[in-house]
Amino acid sequence: MTIRSFLTANGGRLTGALAIAALSAVPAIAQDAEAAPAAGADTAFIFNTLLFLIGGFLVMWMAAGFAMLEAGMVRSKNVSMQLLKNVALYSIAGLMYWVVGYSLMYVDVTGWIGSFGAYSWPDAGVANEGDYSVASDWFFQMVFVATAASIVSGTLAERIKLWPFLIFVVVLTGFIYPILGSWKWGAGWLDAMGFQDFAGSTLVHSVGGWAALAGALLLGARQGKYASNGQIQPIPGSNMALATLGTFILWLGWFGFNGASQLAMGTNSDVSDVSRIFANTNLAAAGGVVAALLLTQLVYKRVDITFVLNGALAGLVSITAEPLTPSPLMAIIIGAIGGIIVVFTVPLLDKLKIDDVVGAIPVHLIAGIWGTLAVPLTNEGASFGVQLVGIVAYGIAAFAVSFIVFAILKATMGLRVSPEEELSGLDVAEVGVEAYPEFIASRVR
Amino acid sequence: MKLVMAIIKPFKLEAVREALTELGIQGLTVTEVKGYGRQKGHTEIYRGAEYAVSFLPKVKVEVAVDSDIADRAVEAIATAAKTGQIGDGKIFVLNVDKAVRIRTGETDSAAL
Repeated sequence: MTIRSFLTANGGRLTGALAIAALSAVPAIAQDAEAAPAAGADTAFIFNTLLFLIGGFLVMWMAAGFAMLEAGMVRSKNVSMQLLKNVALYSIAGLMYWVVGYSLMYVDVTGWIGSFGAYSWPDAGVANEGDYSVASDWFFQMVFVATAASIVSGTLAERIKLWPFLIFVVVLTGFIYPILGSWKWGAGWLDAMGFQDFAGSTLVHSVGGWAALAGALLLGARQGKYASNGQIQPIPGSNMALATLGTFILWLGWFGFNGASQLAMGTNSDVSDVSRIFANTNLAAAGGVVAALLLTQLVYKRVDITFVLNGALAGLVSITAEPLTPSPLMAIIIGAIGGIIVVFTVPLLDKLKIDDVVGAIPVHLIAGIWGTLAVPLTNEGASFGVQLVGIVAYGIAAFAVSFIVFAILKATMGLRVSPEEELSGLDVAEVGVEAYPEFIASRVR
Repeated sequence: MKLVMAIIKPFKLEAVREALTELGIQGLTVTEVKGYGRQKGHTEIYRGAEYAVSFLPKVKVEVAVDSDIADRAVEAIATAAKTGQIGDGKIFVLNVDKAVRIRTGETDSAAL
């Protein structure tokens, strides 16, 4: 007997204890089913918590996705540095979100800011009150802030020094992201206005994208990216297999990102909504891929895999602001427009001489804005006007504060490695460990 | 003694090695190189911008032979490495003044 048919036989009622039994001992429950007592109020608590935990570790794994994507999109001489930045930023985000971040975002929010202080949860063995375990919620919210920081890392690759970047991550994950996040998810002023951002097209992706843009403007382009005659000189990434693996890992993680943002799984309707979100999330990503696939073939006569990978991520970012209410067809369209945005905005940024190594600004910032604007298309509770207010408010705040922080770092310790260090590669200059020491290739760029 | 130096398409290396072995040639040196001749490079596209790949990957084969088989070695390489398409490469023949086998101290023909 499969779990699915067992559910049907019980009229769709499933208790928490039974569900756990079903996962581990499917044959046994056929006999026990009739006699099973209702698990009562604990059911919703257990399932809500389970959703946070599963969603949380899926989103945690997105850190690996970003690491692989970025490792593949930089040159081989900068791979160790990129990997180091990713493992460091994930850890710093996790610490800062405990030290002060969670409280600033969720505890006693005045409308504009929460409270200062480290967060804590009930002691070992103590039952939690409320609808879910306190620590599971902290864990789930923590992994989101790490995502925002990962976005910045990719754009600024191959030229930023390690320590100023990590100091920026401290400020971003401890203060910028949580304070801005409180405006909506902490039930602050934008939430009161009716701004809608289900899983963070704006709160996570655009905020990360705005910070990346501020950093890219102050940091400048990589040497040789833009010739003096205005010609764009592409700097191909070192490993498309890693970039593809990274994209697939992010795609997988996104089911946690969007699905668990339902924040509840204790009822039939909640778990059905989680499932709908999974389906829409996948449709949007696939739509982004196919749109980028067709468009690159039409425009460039060849299909650039990096655009297709970006198309998947842009589709995912686009559906993140509202993964629940779109019909399947609308989910595909929303994601496909994300994919189209990538193919057109990557060259646009190059025209403006904004050097974004992995395409994080098109994928996270611009597709994030699109996704946020698309919410009223399917969700009657949202309005274009309020969505626009939210986008502008987050844009101004995230960009301005990030710009100031990066400017202070630039003035005090400097953001950028020396031209010689950039040419020899950050692995040698900053890390001391080359990612591929056994390849002795002469470096011509 | 002559040094026969051939720049060939990388995927032709094994055919060239077999052809030279059939002549009784017992050793050769291979280097991965980049370069261009009349073939020039080609263009690739990355993130919306086209760029020229000027230097194409080739393999350089170097083999030192007695002067009397140098022409046959050249012919063997030319036959084995030929596809008839642009970019097949070039062969150069240079004079060699001296050869030494390091292990035994043998010189010239005995060292080849």
